[in-house]
Amino acid sequence: MSDWRYRLGEHRGTLLAFAFFVLMFVIYASNHPVGFTANVVQTAANKGALLALVAMAQTFVVLTAGIDLSVGMVFVLTNCLASSIVIGSPAMVALGVVGVLLTGLVCGAINGAIVIYGRLQPIVTTIATGAIYFGIALVLRPVPGGDVDGTLSDALTGRVFGVIPTSLIALAAVVLVIWVPYRRSAIGRAAYAVGSSEVAAYMSGVPVRRAKFLAYVASGLVASIGGLFLTFITASGEASAANGGSYTLYSIAAVVLGGVSLFGGSGSAIGAIFGALMFRTIGDLLFVFDLDPLWQPLFQGLVLLAAVCLGSVRLFQIRNRLDLFE
Amino acid sequence: MNAPAPALWRKIDPAVATAFGCTILLLFLGSLYSSSFLSPEYLLQQLKVASFLGVIATGMMLVILLGQIDLSVPWVVAVGGMMSTAATGWGPTGEALAIPFGVACGICLGFANGFGVAYLRLPSMIVTLGVNAVAQGLMVVHTGGFSPQDSSSDAMRFIATGHTLLGIPNALIVWALVGGATVFLLSRTTFGRAIYGIGNRERAAYLSGVKTQRVVLFTFAIAGGLSAFGGILLAGYASKAAQAMGDAYLLPSIAAVVLGGASILGGRGSYIGTIAGVILITLLQSILSVIQMEEAGRQVIYGAVIIAMLLLYGREKVAR
Repeated sequence: MSDWRYRLGEHRGTLLAFAFFVLMFVIYASNHPVGFTANVVQTAANKGALLALVAMAQTFVVLTAGIDLSVGMVFVLTNCLASSIVIGSPAMVALGVVGVLLTGLVCGAINGAIVIYGRLQPIVTTIATGAIYFGIALVLRPVPGGDVDGTLSDALTGRVFGVIPTSLIALAAVVLVIWVPYRRSAIGRAAYAVGSSEVAAYMSGVPVRRAKFLAYVASGLVASIGGLFLTFITASGEASAANGGSYTLYSIAAVVLGGVSLFGGSGSAIGAIFGALMFRTIGDLLFVFDLDPLWQPLFQGLVLLAAVCLGSVRLFQIRNRLDLFE
Repeated sequence: MNAPAPALWRKIDPAVATAFGCTILLLFLGSLYSSSFLSPEYLLQQLKVASFLGVIATGMMLVILLGQIDLSVPWVVAVGGMMSTAATGWGPTGEALAIPFGVACGICLGFANGFGVAYLRLPSMIVTLGVNAVAQGLMVVHTGGFSPQDSSSDAMRFIATGHTLLGIPNALIVWALVGGATVFLLSRTTFGRAIYGIGNRERAAYLSGVKTQRVVLFTFAIAGGLSAFGGILLAGYASKAAQAMGDAYLLPSIAAVVLGGASILGGRGSYIGTIAGVILITLLQSILSVIQMEEAGRQVIYGAVIIAMLLLYGREKVAR
């Protein structure tokens, strides 16, 4: 009974991200010229769900104290692939979706194999594999275009009962089907252990390599779900390096805002999702306050920097100067 | 009699040797395609182009030696180029001060990076990302709000495109000066030794009496200044500054440093390795574009070469 303090501490990042997101979204919706309508929520949810999926993909790897800088490129690659193969008869659409998800899985597995069995650093590896994935995306879609199955995309980007955006339900489904079982499984716990201390995890008999490998595979899979979703929203594919790069960078920002430690071992994908939604709302806030669009990037940058600086609050709790240099 | 030979052999870093070996291999393969790959004009032209990346990669290397990373390169490069061209538009005084002004702007952003990393103890990956976003915002406001001049001054063009003695490009001389200063800094000053010390273990460096936080702060400032200086050279080379001019330099600069044998975890790496990495990457990009490889193929080969080379010599030892 008395472990509530511990549980609160464990979920502090997630709860803070959730609280900040709700606060910002209330400010956003109450100042929106149209007001708090289902349409406003739907648009915000569709945009937010994309970044939320990519941030969730990033979380799997960050929890093991790694980093996946190719996550945006997997997102772009699967977008390009989905814009070509997720169309036609229902069977072909189903096959196409499976193909897209498998591609993401393979991309993640390649990253994982090089990092774990090739023993290279994740930063450099994923930069290089990201270039390769982007090259393949360019082969698939030299110019923007393509199409996607209309029924499926309408179903997944519309609303249920006229109020709840389907994209949020889809996001919740991804969390329930992938994140929750992962978090509760032995291999998910192993990933947290590896992120906290790889040496200690190894000494305790935790399957270090398998846990890390699976984290990269899961990252690729969830990034491909994001790519699929982007195709449903835009109904086209585009191999844009700028898009891939910014999604990668925003995913890191979202993960940090969501209370996931970049040093690994603490935080959750749910926090990262709220971090992503918060990050998207920051951008939208400027729109409702009628700020000059010219100032928008600067404002967004300053808010990001300020939010990140909140992480240094822990410095006040440090008793010994040496603890600064962990 | 031949005692020095093994000693010399032992001093050669296998990573540097492999990188230079691959450079020669690339030139050989290129020369099979066209003999102009071995002409002095082509090689000098490549060295000139390499010196822009070289200056930027120098700053990246210093930061990587600390065990940190600088993701603010794209927009700090753009800040350097755009602020120096803007200063050029302010009349003769501005034109004379264009280059130092651009570098100073980069140093300021570098100080912001360094402050976040050293004193606020935030992960460098996210601090530099934030500073990059702020720099981008500042430049968007700057170009949109003040419509500044974007063509570069004569001095900038001179150091980026001119030739002085024996037809050696000035940019190459600039890179040599920057490189010489860096080698001196790293190997002959306490500051440089402290950088290696912090990269290996900041705690130990602190307990040995190194003012580690100050060293980190100034290293990031130097890196910011060098990125901005790279942007000034680029603006001089292209005669004008543009917003996205730095985007193509982040990943190559990291790749160049790592291909040169530096550990991304910090504390290990030599400047000669960075030179080798810069030349290798520039040559690879150049040859791929000369043989008219499609952008898609270029990206794939580029990524595959980096992975393959690192698998050759960049693997970590099996810990435990």
